[in-house]
Amino acid sequence: MKIIVNGENQEHTVPLTVTTLLQKLDLQTEQVAVEVNLTILDRLTFPTWELQDGDKVEILSFFGGGAS
Amino acid sequence: MTNYTSNDPLIIAGREFRSRLWVGTGKYKDFEETRLAIEASGADIVTVAVRRVNITDKNSENLLDYIDPKKYTILPNTAGCYTVEDAVRYSRLARAAGVSDLVKLEVIGDERTLFPDTAGLIEAAKILIAEGFIVLPYTNDDPIVAQKLMDIGCPAVMPLAAPIGSGLGIRNPYNLKIIMDTVKVPIIVDAGVGTASDAALAMEYGADAVLMNTAIAGAQDPIMMATAMRYAVDAGRLAFKAGRIPRKLYATASSPIEGML
Repeated sequence: MKIIVNGENQEHTVPLTVTTLLQKLDLQTEQVAVEVNLTILDRLTFPTWELQDGDKVEILSFFGGGAS
Repeated sequence: MTNYTSNDPLIIAGREFRSRLWVGTGKYKDFEETRLAIEASGADIVTVAVRRVNITDKNSENLLDYIDPKKYTILPNTAGCYTVEDAVRYSRLARAAGVSDLVKLEVIGDERTLFPDTAGLIEAAKILIAEGFIVLPYTNDDPIVAQKLMDIGCPAVMPLAAPIGSGLGIRNPYNLKIIMDTVKVPIIVDAGVGTASDAALAMEYGADAVLMNTAIAGAQDPIMMATAMRYAVDAGRLAFKAGRIPRKLYATASSPIEGML
């Protein structure tokens, strides 16, 4: 299936949970926020949330910043 | 001898903060410099931005490997948000990524000045407060808006001293003084500080804390400037609490007349 992660087109085999995606990307589940098709996921649902073909996934975290 | 320190805690929404200097984490050369400057500043609350993670460079380092969230209160901001929708979305993402309901809310009105869109700010603050967020709003030096932000439930208000990153210092001391006098929640002067005297002045006026980023990160020696800012905020706080003498037009001798030849 095809999904878009942080603006990048990716091809994955199904099933693919959010936890598996994060593992594939070498990302810790702590301190990231995941949004799928504009819905922000509760971290507790990462292991069970199965991504679907065409999903638009955003993975965000904290970066250096002061103000705008 | 009494050893006076300005170490009276700052309490916001039931949370106690030791330092009255708050610092941003942007614009440093690298994470190590960020860490050293923050350590030198003595700050215990640091602001961060929420951005997409780099999924192509797997070796990219994480800011929070250098700024331990157990040691510092992480205050996510909504920097770069120009609409209520974006500011609300980023706040929710920050909460999902982090561990607390704290957010430094920014709704920016204009790219050139980065002045806040105060109408949007109030609207976004209302939405977030209803969702249980602890909203610390970055606002203009407008006493009426500051009052409104307090009235809708912001536990602190953060008026600017001058445009973000400008280093112009306090442009409107009288408005800031009115805000400090009338708004009965902690006032954190946010943005515009250029050097240590600006921070000291803000504290002497009665600010409860000062937040800065560029003034430290952009200095020739950020770690030395962070130290200067720490002293300035302490000095300003102590001077405020000690109570300054009134200004007078003419001299008053400080040596006695009695005993002169």
